[in-house]
Amino acid sequence: MAVEERIEQSPERAAEPSGTPDVRLERVTKRFDDVVAVDDLSLEIERGSFFALLGPSGCGKTTTLRMIGGFEEPSAGVIYLGDHEVSGTPPYKRDVNTVFQSYALFPHLSIFENVAFGLRRKGTRGGNLKGKVEEMLDLVQLSGYGRRKPRQLSGGQQQRVALARALVNSPRVLLLDEPLGALDLKLRKEMQLFIKRLQHDVGITFIHVTHDQEEAMTMADRIAVMNRGKIEQLGGPDDLYERPQTAFVAGFLGISNLLTGEVSGRDTVRLGDGTTIRVRADALDGRSGRVAVGIRPEKIRPDDQDPNALQGVVRERAYIGVSTQYIVETRYGNVTVVVLNDRPGSIPHSPGDHLTLSWDPEATFILDPMEEPA
Amino acid sequence: MNFFHRHRGLTPYLLLAPGVAWLAVFFLVPLGFLAYQSLQSGNIDFGYAFTWAWGNYWHAIRDYRTQFVRSLEYAGIATLLALLISYPVAYWIAFRGGRWKNLLLLFIVAPFFVTYLIRTLAWETILSDNGFVVNTLQSLHVLGPSGRLLATSTAVVTGITYNFLPFMALPLYVSLEQIDERMLEAAEDLYASKLHAFLRVTLPLSLPGVVAGTLLTFIPAAGDFINAQLLGSPDNHMIGNVIQSKFLELTDYPAAASMSFILMTGILVAVAVYARIVGTEQLTGTAA
Repeated sequence: MAVEERIEQSPERAAEPSGTPDVRLERVTKRFDDVVAVDDLSLEIERGSFFALLGPSGCGKTTTLRMIGGFEEPSAGVIYLGDHEVSGTPPYKRDVNTVFQSYALFPHLSIFENVAFGLRRKGTRGGNLKGKVEEMLDLVQLSGYGRRKPRQLSGGQQQRVALARALVNSPRVLLLDEPLGALDLKLRKEMQLFIKRLQHDVGITFIHVTHDQEEAMTMADRIAVMNRGKIEQLGGPDDLYERPQTAFVAGFLGISNLLTGEVSGRDTVRLGDGTTIRVRADALDGRSGRVAVGIRPEKIRPDDQDPNALQGVVRERAYIGVSTQYIVETRYGNVTVVVLNDRPGSIPHSPGDHLTLSWDPEATFILDPMEEPA
Repeated sequence: MNFFHRHRGLTPYLLLAPGVAWLAVFFLVPLGFLAYQSLQSGNIDFGYAFTWAWGNYWHAIRDYRTQFVRSLEYAGIATLLALLISYPVAYWIAFRGGRWKNLLLLFIVAPFFVTYLIRTLAWETILSDNGFVVNTLQSLHVLGPSGRLLATSTAVVTGITYNFLPFMALPLYVSLEQIDERMLEAAEDLYASKLHAFLRVTLPLSLPGVVAGTLLTFIPAAGDFINAQLLGSPDNHMIGNVIQSKFLELTDYPAAASMSFILMTGILVAVAVYARIVGTEQLTGTAA
């Protein structure tokens, strides 16, 4: 694929030693009046990675992105792009481009002129300009749309124009601020894969802000889960899902069942009534005292094939198509179980049925116990 | 089943009817009558007769060309001044007004709570020969010892500018206020300095407001006579003054009517040329 050749690296960027992170935040804090939006945040983003800032609204993810883009200045701390400190540098002098929420395309300019906007400012002219813009429109599958105005395009097409308008400048970093929020579900799924493929092809660092955990997991290589201006946990999608380190992360990324108990051995936890369950020894990591044992719903089987077992009664059943979700009442509270509907004619359990639930100790994770029972 | 259900197709026309009736009774009929009158000859004592008197038009142009040209000139300058004054004000209110926006807009409209005539009379006092402004300017040697402001073209244009400023400022404000600030961030993100972002994004997007404002200012300003009458001398009289005196003082209705038509045509032509230059897209607002 010739795309990588199309996106020229600036000489300054090429001269940097490899391994220099593209973006580095050092103890960055942002206060708006009395509200601390971003709280002493440090972060490194590797060159060429697809990075997601994930969190609920108000967690500081957009503020973090806007500080990288230069639309907000940190109240304290330093931001580096490559090995350049960029504090105080206005957006138009930063080597980053942004795909805005709701796109912010220029309504009075044609699609061609929208995409050409940044290139013209940087002094690209004539055939070179035309070539670059058309190549980029081609890359986002909009060749032939150059003469139209933004309002003549569908939401998904406008989204791709916004991508093209930013990417055509071959920035060091592309910032995406909830770029898919305005699209319907089906289109959103398509665009997730499209953007991921695009990132892979162009090799530019993408930083993507979203509150949609599924979107972040689908698209990003690494995800920082943010809450109240801080990073709760940073890691790959599987890390975050399989081994969440805080109750917030466990709760934000999918459903989890938490059983509280007392550590009773290297890899065992004793629950309230004396039942001992086995957990991953490396997850327990020498802890003692009270802990919460977490198990994802799809890791629990409605039979006694696995070492850890629990008795319960089915309270609710929801057929989802690909799977069936059960709420099972146990002595330790309600447990959510998801069973894949992978065999024809399998008889689903009904509300009122007594069930044995079991799971593999390897499928557990350990959290600090919650103050209030979930 | 009522009437509207049975005749669904009629509903739009019925809804249009009051407006159309209004326009017919208060605009088309008087306009037709004025056209009829403009081709009459005679006088108030012996009565007027319709004689296809096209001479009224030629005489009006021959005798009052200066006033016609002056009207368009004064209105044009006043419109330009109003634009230059209003744009920064409207811009500031739209982008920096914050929660004071409505109050600041009220300040722009506030003078309108006082009647037009009184406001212009106030200017007469402000600019009067022994007034504070003239005295100050004389002591600063900006004006000569016998220099005056009243009864000058400056006073007339100032008065027109002042009186029509809100008609410029409000449409400008509306078009600026609608601009999504993210659009300006996007321009900055794409390497445009604040100035470039203004020239390439804000200004083009505010053009519908500029067009609406200039038309709302220019059209009534060209026909105005109060400012010239109160703040100017006969040397500053505009065509509005002539029409007014022909209608009300000299009762030369055919001449006044023909002049009204000439003024109307002049304005229409000016607007058409202007629209051609700025582009009709901005006029209808579809560019926003």
